[in-house]
Amino acid sequence: MAETVIYAMYDDDDVLKDGAKKLVAKGVKIAEVFSPFPIHGIDPIIGVKNTRLGIMAFIYGITGTMLATYGMRFFMVEDWPMNIGGKPNFTYLDNILAFIPITFEFTVLCAAHGMAITYLLRNKTLPGMPAQNPDPRTTDDKFVMEIRLSENSNFSAEQLEGMIRETGMIELDQKEIK
Amino acid sequence: MTTNMEFTITNKAKTVTLALIVVGVLFTAIGVFTGMSDHHFATRLLANGLINSFFFFAIGLGALFFLALQYATETGWYASVKRVIEAVAGFLPYGMILMLVTLLTITFMHGAHIYTWMDPEMYTKGSHHYDAIIAGKRPFLNEIFFWVRTLVYMAIYYIFWMGFRKRSLLEDSVGGTDLHFKNYKKGATFLVFFAVFSSTSSWDWLMSIDVHWFSTLFGWYTFAGMWCSTMVVLVLTTLYLKKLGYLPNVNDSHIHDLGKWTFATSFLWSYLWFSQFMLIWYANIGEEVAYYIMRIENFKVLYFSMFLINFAFPMLILMSRDAKRNAGILTLVGLVILSGHWLDVYIMVSAGTLGANAQFGFLELGMGLAVLGFFMRIILINLTKAPLTPANHPFLDESVHHEI
Repeated sequence: MAETVIYAMYDDDDVLKDGAKKLVAKGVKIAEVFSPFPIHGIDPIIGVKNTRLGIMAFIYGITGTMLATYGMRFFMVEDWPMNIGGKPNFTYLDNILAFIPITFEFTVLCAAHGMAITYLLRNKTLPGMPAQNPDPRTTDDKFVMEIRLSENSNFSAEQLEGMIRETGMIELDQKEIK
Repeated sequence: MTTNMEFTITNKAKTVTLALIVVGVLFTAIGVFTGMSDHHFATRLLANGLINSFFFFAIGLGALFFLALQYATETGWYASVKRVIEAVAGFLPYGMILMLVTLLTITFMHGAHIYTWMDPEMYTKGSHHYDAIIAGKRPFLNEIFFWVRTLVYMAIYYIFWMGFRKRSLLEDSVGGTDLHFKNYKKGATFLVFFAVFSSTSSWDWLMSIDVHWFSTLFGWYTFAGMWCSTMVVLVLTTLYLKKLGYLPNVNDSHIHDLGKWTFATSFLWSYLWFSQFMLIWYANIGEEVAYYIMRIENFKVLYFSMFLINFAFPMLILMSRDAKRNAGILTLVGLVILSGHWLDVYIMVSAGTLGANAQFGFLELGMGLAVLGFFMRIILINLTKAPLTPANHPFLDESVHHEI
């Protein structure tokens, strides 16, 4: 289904933030904001939910801890007992101190990589994926607010445009997307 | 924005702190009468004096360090809780008196089996207990140089503390940025002194108990423990004031930040504890492992459970964002790890002085409670002495709007 989307461009993040506040107060639903850098405090204004990335980080980290523990137990104790510095080589628990730094590192490695890959997947920004932002200038010094007509059925396109024009935007664009 | 809100100590707080002191003194008296006949009594009494005076002195010092750190980094968010930090740092002079009295008594008793290197028997050639290692350390570990160092540390801490407090109160009436930039310079200078003194003073006051042993990590380890205890005290004091309706500018984000500091310093402490332990365990050199063998022989359960509690408890419970914003959870975790860090200092001192003869009875509990009550009372009194919001702090506005 084709959809009409309005893009309002701003050259100042504070102007955009104030504009967003006014629009939301009038009942307009803002679908997305594109910005070259994170705008502090924009999330609650346009109703973006708190990220659940932290929960995933914990799960990835625990996975790393378990993998490292299992791996080292298998390599160093079970499969081929290693005698390093005369430490008892037939028990994992008695040598656990020696394995902790590696467990820690592997936990961090899994948590960090897992988070980075999840983040890229979730944002559809893996290398080679088509760009999502409507205007390349939003990666430089411009800010764009995206408003979908389908999400604002109380207003007509003209009413929306009228309201947006009052917020200090510098360019207005309307597109049909699929 | 309400400024100039004066704090008054509630009757309940007065009763509780007084009760702690009275119960503490009573328990100490019972401990003294029941333990007096014991051969190790003097050592036990002074070891407890050292444990409690150092632990609470260190919290005051930690608060002074934290204040200097905020000045040196020109932090904004802390402005709303600055007076809480100052109230805790204000215990420093009292902690110094406790420390000086304890150290002076120990010195007059020729070490009292706490600092064995003060005992002339140990370093006089030809005497019965002559110890070549102690005699070799004599140029550094002798009473005169020890006292010169102790007094220099104390004097410098005291001078910086008085300066910070004076300028902080002056700022309330004067305003402007001159004082702010002066604090910035003084804060950075303090950190330079503190970087060296935090290590060397822990060698002098704690590491020299186990006089044959040394660890280059020991200073940081002690410092991390004290920083963590300080952060817990700051969180608890802030939550207490919030509960009474003070500190209107402190919001969830400030509490969250203090919670993060507690979480982070717990990790710092655990990391350093582990690093020191693992390297010594791995190398397995006789002179070094002796320190841990003493602890494992006499304090096995206490020592390792203390580590597990101080490490795992904050890690698992304080990890989530919501927990760090929840007053109940923060209070619970705070109280547990504060006792954990007290236990850490208890073992640090007891293992090297009393070893197998160490006890945990009325004396230990009593002296701990008495000093705790005194410490809490002093903090409360300090809070009444200045408006809880520093009126002209240049970053106050930033702190009021702090949001994370």
